[in-house]
Amino acid sequence: MSASVLFDVPGPKARVRNLIYSVVGTLAVLGLVGWVCYRLYNKGQFEGELWDIFNYAGIRENILDALLSTLKVFALAGVFSLVFAVVLCVARLSDHKPVRWVAVVFIDLFRSIPLLITIFALWVGILGEMTPMWALVLGLTIYNGCVQAEVLRAGVNAVPKGQVEAAYALGLRKTQVTASVLFPQAVRSMLPSIISQLVVTLKDTSLGFMILYPELLYSARLIANNTPVGGVYPTVQTVIVFGAIYIALCLALAWLAKFVEQRGRRSKAGIVPAEAKEPKEVAAAGGTDLTPVPDAKDGNLKD
Amino acid sequence: MKFHKTAAAAAAVLALAATAACGGKEGSAGDKPKDQTDEKALPKYSVAKDVKVDSAVLKKAQKRGKIVIGAKADQPYLGFQDQSTKKYSGFDIEIAKMIAADLGFSPKQIEWKTVDSGARETTVSKGDVDLMIGTYTINDERKKQIDFAGPYFHAGASLLVRKEEKAVTGPDTVKGKKVCSIVGSTPLQTIKEPKYGAKVTELSKYSECVSQLLDGQVDAVTTDDAILMGYAAQNPGKLKVVGKPFSDEPYGVGLKKGDKALQKAVADAIKKHEDNGDYKKAYDATLGKSGSKFKTPPEITEK
Amino acid sequence: MNVLLDNLALFREGFLGTLWLTIVSALLAVVLGLVIAGFRVSPVPPLRIFGTLWVNVLRNTPLTLLFLVAFFVVPKVLFPGINSFVLAVCACGFYTSSFVAEAVRSGINTVPMGQAEAARAIGMTFTQTMRIVVLPQATRTVVPPLSSIFIALTKNTAIAGAFDNVDLFNVSKTLSNDGYDIAVIFIWITLGYLVITYAINGLFRLLENRLEVAR
Repeated sequence: MSASVLFDVPGPKARVRNLIYSVVGTLAVLGLVGWVCYRLYNKGQFEGELWDIFNYAGIRENILDALLSTLKVFALAGVFSLVFAVVLCVARLSDHKPVRWVAVVFIDLFRSIPLLITIFALWVGILGEMTPMWALVLGLTIYNGCVQAEVLRAGVNAVPKGQVEAAYALGLRKTQVTASVLFPQAVRSMLPSIISQLVVTLKDTSLGFMILYPELLYSARLIANNTPVGGVYPTVQTVIVFGAIYIALCLALAWLAKFVEQRGRRSKAGIVPAEAKEPKEVAAAGGTDLTPVPDAKDGNLKD
Repeated sequence: MKFHKTAAAAAAVLALAATAACGGKEGSAGDKPKDQTDEKALPKYSVAKDVKVDSAVLKKAQKRGKIVIGAKADQPYLGFQDQSTKKYSGFDIEIAKMIAADLGFSPKQIEWKTVDSGARETTVSKGDVDLMIGTYTINDERKKQIDFAGPYFHAGASLLVRKEEKAVTGPDTVKGKKVCSIVGSTPLQTIKEPKYGAKVTELSKYSECVSQLLDGQVDAVTTDDAILMGYAAQNPGKLKVVGKPFSDEPYGVGLKKGDKALQKAVADAIKKHEDNGDYKKAYDATLGKSGSKFKTPPEITEK
Repeated sequence: MNVLLDNLALFREGFLGTLWLTIVSALLAVVLGLVIAGFRVSPVPPLRIFGTLWVNVLRNTPLTLLFLVAFFVVPKVLFPGINSFVLAVCACGFYTSSFVAEAVRSGINTVPMGQAEAARAIGMTFTQTMRIVVLPQATRTVVPPLSSIFIALTKNTAIAGAFDNVDLFNVSKTLSNDGYDIAVIFIWITLGYLVITYAINGLFRLLENRLEVAR
């Protein structure tokens, strides 16, 4: 426990005080939850009929379809953004100044523009005709590709210099060095961060509602607005159900990040995977989205 | 490990969501739209054969064997999609079926697409939909971007308020009141003018405005009377429509700019069904149910 | 060029809208984030659990969903009649607070263990250790990630544009509806965001340098 070093093993007095705090804290938290529940109850939000809509096969299929469309976009955008990130990262580390320069400008620019605006502009047709799905996939690819490229770059930079020198000394060409020495290690060490950014990609698919792509949130809004029960719109219920789905998806992915991180830690070979959080270079360059950290490490304070 | 527990819970929720999709109650969830459409009274439209119109859009549609029609999904009695059966119903939907029949497409060959108000011009001009039939007011601003056929119906902007509302009785009494409408709608621009002086709340769906009205977040919702009557009928005893219409909203069918042949074919189709009585039958079976009085269809000007 | 000149007032309003939303939400996020981070390292278990839940739930929910909660659930169930700016600030601020809390917590964790131990050895209480020894040192490590958190916040405020708030995104939608060329609008809007994000970047660079001197 990270906190344990910040305070002493409590003595009798402190134990009493902590107990009081605990009780007050519990009461406060429970009170808050209870109050919200009471208000929900008071407004009739716990009525069985309002929740009954999720018992209908039609509504369930509707949700499943939406879930599949969300996952489809996520899968496409995830794969494309990683491929794009590799390309951008190679360009960013190129020996040719113009190529490097173009990559820097591109990455900086698209990380500073809200993804919503990129998607909207793509959909309206800034690059020619595009269906909502592809506009969403492309928008997510560009934005997340830029962020992932910076993550990869941080990974490449973390590979010890000696390895590159050794590879050159063996007579490998630059392509070979990049492909067989730098990238495998960069990907391995940055895998947790990469997966965390994938969680962001997953959450951002919800921006598709703006361009009429029928993903989870889009269908949530339609269900909430079109299925009144006794004149009450089931907004609360839909938000809870869809919120749970999103949180479950994201936690599952975050868990994967954690799992990979631990696997990496256990094995002795190669360099240790970094903690799943923004590398400093990325943060300093500005304009990255936040990678949800799957429970940050306890760092120096760890016992 | 705590995190594993969370992850396990997440996996459980996901599994639940997946299994939940199979089975469940049949039929439509929520309030039964019992009075929304009179299925038996709906006219049958004879599907034309071998339609030859010199239109690029139509030829493409014939090639793919489906016509893509943009519609609203959240306007009871006009364009409404039941979220559990995924079926569309309403007056606009009937108009769409009439036109599609004359263009050689049976109702089964119509691919419906839900299009929000703010996105209509873009979807039509991009070609995401072949026809846009969804309470679409013909005006000069829009005519710069797309073409219309019609009008097939004449609506006027009005106000929807809570049943107990006394202060708002018409457009002249909304000064300083919060009025909700959606981005890109015509009544919104009107009610903003200093003459009326309302405080405007902009959302992206009318149904969300209605939800906010029921919650007391706004004092009134403004848009075309036909739409408002639908919501009032959907929430009997809670909402009412007040005031005389304060603008002209002729509804047309939105088409890609420059496709004169299709425009003429659509206009002819509307005229034919207005003359043979299908129009009135369809009206009585759908929009008429909300309490809107039948009006003789307006002269077709866009053809 | 015409798009900008014809609609200068609208652009100005949108820019100020985005700016305000960013500043106010950032303040809210920092205050809440500090409190939640404090909860997460405190000796009181229920508060620790609350802090963990807060961070995990908010961080794994799409912001758009939080906006739906703020606009359609909060007025319906808890407090009717709040204006949309406050609701938008709450959605953005709460969401960002979870990221701030995590940044602060990892900042606390980077303070060498000996420091806390020493503070403990001379008899400081938890509050004193935090206030006098740990937090001032943690600040230095927290500043760089905070800058990227606020830049992300700036971009996230765009979602408020779809929920009854006049901001740059809202302006872009209105103008695109009016039939202006989207490419041109896009350039101007982007410029607006770049101004804000680069200002934040610069501001934090300055702050970093100041703290560096103070060492």
